[in-house]
Amino acid sequence: MPATDLPRSAALVEADRLMTICNACRYCEGLCAVFPAMEMRRTFANSDLNYLANLCHQCGACYSDCQYSPPHEFNVNVPAALATLRNDSYAQYAWPRAFAPAFARNGLFIALAAAACVAAFIVGFVAWRDPAVLFARHAGDFYKMMPHNAMVALFGAVFLYAIAAMALSLRAYWRDINGESDLRAVGEATGNAAHLTYLGGGGGGCTSENEKPSAQRRVFHHFTFYGFLLCFASTSVATIYHYAFGWHAPYALTSLPVLLGIAGGLGLLVGPAGLFMLARKRDAVLTDVPRRGMDTAFLAMLFLTSLTGFALMAFRDSGAMGILLAVHLGVVLALFLSLPYGKFVHGLYRYLALVKYAREKRTAAFVE
Amino acid sequence: MPFSEIYDVVVAGGGNAALCAAITAARAGRSVIVLEGAPAFYRGGNTRHTRNLRCAHDGTAPTMTGPYDGGEFLDDLCRVTGGETDKALAQLTIERSRELIPWMNKAGVKFQPPLGGTLSLGKTNAFFLGGGRGMLNALYRQAEALGVVCLSDAPVTALAIEDGFFTAATIQYQGAAQQVRGRTFVAAAGGFEANIEWLKQHWGEAADNFLIRGTPYNRGDVLKMLLAHGVKPVGDPTQMHCVGIDARAPRFDGGIATRLDSVVFGIMVNRAAQRFYDEGEETWPKRYAIWGRLIAQQPEQIGYSIVDSKSIHMFMPSIFPAVQASTIGELAGKLKLDTAALEKTVADFNAAVRPGTFDHTVLDDCRTEGLAIPKSHWARRIDAPPYYAYPLRPGITFTYLGVRVNEESRMVLNNGKTSGNMFAAGEIMAGNVLGKGYLAGIGMTIGAVFGRIAGEGAAKNARN
Repeated sequence: MPATDLPRSAALVEADRLMTICNACRYCEGLCAVFPAMEMRRTFANSDLNYLANLCHQCGACYSDCQYSPPHEFNVNVPAALATLRNDSYAQYAWPRAFAPAFARNGLFIALAAAACVAAFIVGFVAWRDPAVLFARHAGDFYKMMPHNAMVALFGAVFLYAIAAMALSLRAYWRDINGESDLRAVGEATGNAAHLTYLGGGGGGCTSENEKPSAQRRVFHHFTFYGFLLCFASTSVATIYHYAFGWHAPYALTSLPVLLGIAGGLGLLVGPAGLFMLARKRDAVLTDVPRRGMDTAFLAMLFLTSLTGFALMAFRDSGAMGILLAVHLGVVLALFLSLPYGKFVHGLYRYLALVKYAREKRTAAFVE
Repeated sequence: MPFSEIYDVVVAGGGNAALCAAITAARAGRSVIVLEGAPAFYRGGNTRHTRNLRCAHDGTAPTMTGPYDGGEFLDDLCRVTGGETDKALAQLTIERSRELIPWMNKAGVKFQPPLGGTLSLGKTNAFFLGGGRGMLNALYRQAEALGVVCLSDAPVTALAIEDGFFTAATIQYQGAAQQVRGRTFVAAAGGFEANIEWLKQHWGEAADNFLIRGTPYNRGDVLKMLLAHGVKPVGDPTQMHCVGIDARAPRFDGGIATRLDSVVFGIMVNRAAQRFYDEGEETWPKRYAIWGRLIAQQPEQIGYSIVDSKSIHMFMPSIFPAVQASTIGELAGKLKLDTAALEKTVADFNAAVRPGTFDHTVLDDCRTEGLAIPKSHWARRIDAPPYYAYPLRPGITFTYLGVRVNEESRMVLNNGKTSGNMFAAGEIMAGNVLGKGYLAGIGMTIGAVFGRIAGEGAAKNARN
């Protein structure tokens, strides 16, 4: 009994079918937030399913614990069904809608974006400056290649666009799922996100490789997430140095922006590499196979952002600086441009789902 | 190959009891092989459909409300069995149930507090995180880590037993018959609930309309062999635990999801559109358990639970949608029941309903008057369209027939002696403790307690 008359995608139909079975069983209610949230409902509208799909952290515990998973005729595979629906939902809420198809062939989209951005910087450096400048030594002074103001204008504009696009997407999602929040819910959701509470299979761990749960995925995700935050902090500190104190880059190796950048950069090498290895070993039955490129593309972009950043730091005094800077800036620009249209958004939708869950578990009752 | 060795302990079966025995014997340093008849996915018999175990505890168990003392546990057990329990074994079960949570935790099993729909069991039952299959996976990981050889798709086809002494089991494995030799034997291979031919011996052709809640592999072959080798039986061979489940469930392995809780909210009619039992007789969980047998005794072994829109949201969501209609006549048509008969049954019922204050959580004062078959509680008129119906059939969970054991979980023979090296645990001997009736989670308690006792006994026996 769908609560909407709209035609439903195959992913929505399947998620509805599974949630109806799961709601009559409920054995998985201790594993994560998805099943308790399901138990607060008797029927599942599209928006309910989009909410549940984004609440799922895809740990896989409910698959190996399920007595109805394939080859059982009920064919219950919640991680894969919700992964598919979740990826659909990113496209559904994407702003502007015209860019929704970027999620369908995300690997290709991001590869092209990265290549185009790197090429643009190389061509730009050569066109706007003397080609010889590209290969000259600049003692680590990036602004010889691209003036600081130009860099800020370009990246600032792209970053603001990405923020705006994501904010509009999230607003559409939040409205659709009837999101409600309060300070306590925000606090709890923030804690859950920071800790990745629901990637733990209720305490057993995440099913990465076979039926043996482990904490590895969570650990590598922490490397990735906190690495990203440290890099962001590095840039923020550098911005403050620049504008508030007039201290201009390049900064010394022992300076705060560089130390934060190194720590974050290491996280972005270790985390994405680990997640990539685990994804390769992971049983494909748990995933949205046609769109696994989205995960790989995002991991690759984070890894390359860090790798090119380290290369730039290592060789900033050499004649390779110009090319390395072009490559690094190209990768970072592509990362920024693709933030609203790639795997990055998973964290945002999931965070909002966690906020909604934290609130409704206090205000709603289980259906019995 | 795993078949050249003489194992200290050969375990037939691959569920909770089998794994508890195997882990216990392996921890004592014994070589152990587990022979599961079902393919890997379906391993574990009824364990894969369970979700908790009942245990006595002092109230400090982290996921339980409590306490649940041994006396109360024993009272509950005596009440449901009507005294059909071996008092000594029942007390042993309860006493050793106290050890189960820590033991399971050590084996890697995790527990969770109950949430929606099961809160009433929070005091008496410890819930497995992820349900029975999650628990079973943890036990298998533990057993394999201890070096236990775990074979699946390896059904026992014959047992070499002389004078109650086991020497070898023949299994069918990877297309060939294999001999598995052992110094001791633990039978933990369940009952015969999925063996339709066996059920027909007692229930006739009606058994063709029974749905089996567990896998098709619970055939009772090992039980049959043991009885043929002179092991003393226990439990009523004709009886089975049987609940009313959705008739649209698969023939086998529908498990918990096919349960229906609608019966007490409306009326239940048979193929002739006649009511056949007081729908308001008792309270949960018994009301859930009596309907399987009642439906089994009806023509074609089918019943129809009918409710109206007042009640449709008052019970646990069902896996299959209700049949829905705007009039009783239309509903009869959709169910292929006699329209006039169903209309009359509903009209007679409605006319007999006395005013009262409805409360489905207690035995309320809503009842009928003047009907040959009354509804003694929760009786409300069925008059608010749309009307809904669920078809129900008997869902067989387990059978009571088993082998007699003593306090060491050692099999007792027909000649009164005990076996030299054969032990039994789980459903195959549950009839010693649970001769009749049902208590939520008791099957897992019996399996784990006697699995451990059998494992201890076999480990000791294997080196004597």
